[in-house]
Amino acid sequence: MSSHAERLAGFGAAILDARLAAPPGLLGPDGQPSARRFAVYRNNVVVGLTEALQAAYPVVHRLVGEAFFRAVAGHYVRLEPPASPILLDYGAGFPAFLEVFPPAQALAYLPDVARLERAWVEAYHAAEPGPAPGWAGLPADGLAGLRLALHPSVRVLASDHPVLRIWQMNLPGAEPGPLPPDAGPDEVMLARPEAEVEVFRLPVGGAAFVAALQAGKTVSAAALAGFDRTPRFALQEMLSGLMASRACLGPLPAQPPHPRGDPRCSPLSPPPFALSAPRWPGFP
Amino acid sequence: MQIAPAAPAFAPRPLPARGGVGLKAEHYRTILETGPDIGFFEVHAENYMGAGGPPHRVLTAIRERYPLSLHGVGLSIGAARDLDRGHLARLAALIARYQPGMFSEHLAWSTHDAGFLNDLLPLPYTDETLARVCTHIDQVQTVIGRQMLLENPTTYLAFAESTWPEVAFIAEVVRRTGCGLLLDVNNVHLSAVNLAGDAAAYLAAFPLAHVREIHLAGHAPETDEADRPLLIDSHDRPVDAAVWQLYADTVARTGPLPTLIEWDSDVPGWPDLAAEAARAEAVMAAHAAGGADVVAR
Repeated sequence: MSSHAERLAGFGAAILDARLAAPPGLLGPDGQPSARRFAVYRNNVVVGLTEALQAAYPVVHRLVGEAFFRAVAGHYVRLEPPASPILLDYGAGFPAFLEVFPPAQALAYLPDVARLERAWVEAYHAAEPGPAPGWAGLPADGLAGLRLALHPSVRVLASDHPVLRIWQMNLPGAEPGPLPPDAGPDEVMLARPEAEVEVFRLPVGGAAFVAALQAGKTVSAAALAGFDRTPRFALQEMLSGLMASRACLGPLPAQPPHPRGDPRCSPLSPPPFALSAPRWPGFP
Repeated sequence: MQIAPAAPAFAPRPLPARGGVGLKAEHYRTILETGPDIGFFEVHAENYMGAGGPPHRVLTAIRERYPLSLHGVGLSIGAARDLDRGHLARLAALIARYQPGMFSEHLAWSTHDAGFLNDLLPLPYTDETLARVCTHIDQVQTVIGRQMLLENPTTYLAFAESTWPEVAFIAEVVRRTGCGLLLDVNNVHLSAVNLAGDAAAYLAAFPLAHVREIHLAGHAPETDEADRPLLIDSHDRPVDAAVWQLYADTVARTGPLPTLIEWDSDVPGWPDLAAEAARAEAVMAAHAAGGADVVAR
């Protein structure tokens, strides 16, 4: 390794590990080492990354308070510094870290709240869609066999905890209040159809349904994923909500027939229900 | 049949020799609704490397109305390792899309095996690092197809093994690569105080003819363990009087230059920020020769 490379490697290692002494040969105005001056760089890095994390997780910050957040962030940023200089994307691993960080484990809902915040950031920065496919030429038997194009910003989350309600009431400026002990699980969809991130509470099974659509499944296959989650999956409510949310851009073009038969449609298992074409403004 | 590439969305628009400010989210609405008379806006390139959403929407609206300066913080030009090709490609795409009047980066490094270190870290000034910095700048200017500006750093510590004074190092980089310079006058002041140097001597030796943009910023006065002054490059308050004086001395020799007020933390309301930019213009009007006496370019 060149001396340039070695020098910077040692400098960087000492930045991230506060137990290491400042590297030799770093001199203040009197030609002597100064731990305090090296600490400026250490501090800049840790504080800067902590601030980036706080910007990405403001509700987690509010739930645990400044001192605790600074402590947990201090561990996380040293364990997982950014992979790239694009800090708007930093902190993907923070929810998983909260799950294994012992002092945070008393707040069972905290990692899922963090996941919701991460989904919000991803939706915020997601790509703008290309030209929308449009709904002209919808087959007469409705949606069942269609695959749907969803907006690139769509994110879904299913939690055993009432994370959407916890998140909403702990946003900056909101007032937290009590939740009943049987508040139950939340399934959430986020989408940024234009400039604002919109957040929706889905019926139970909705997250699996939307995730299946994102994976390119047909509406009927996605509906089966929802029914897998609960036999009482509110499919029509989910569909109307999806259309009203502007998260759906239109049908995807039909796939060309698979040379060995379409793996999506087995003649032995027709869909268990028929879907009529949904009615919404503008549909011919 | 040759298909011509799509024309860039924006016509080139150089930075005027006026005061500019950083584009901050808290001011978006005011700027787009009232259309203030500010010279230009500067943004950090990495903040616009997401795929879509409000950042690009706002920057597009701003660029439709104002000249733009693009300032990178993460390219790590001072590192021993190669520049990140993906990052360089993203920079090139951003520059092609927004056609900024200037693109600048730092004489510093931030990349490490452990990850990206989110600060502007110092490098020793040796023949080896000089060659490496020049290689990197050559690569950047080739990929983006235009000149870049290199910004001088704030120093808290000197490397024992350095064989080049910083000004001579920078002048040699300019000579070898043809890059321009972004002169951060606040950094000159901080480095001089922090290392018991002489800011006036630094500026007297600085290759001012190659300066294309100036940065001014506020700093936080602290002390080290021996109670010596340690000025921190905090960008969180108004520009210090000593820095305004150095700026006046500088533009008296260079003539008017695009001057950015770099205020990134504890950002004030729009009127106070705009007032700092207006003050820079007042200094230029009072001290900068119109053009006849300027250092030959």
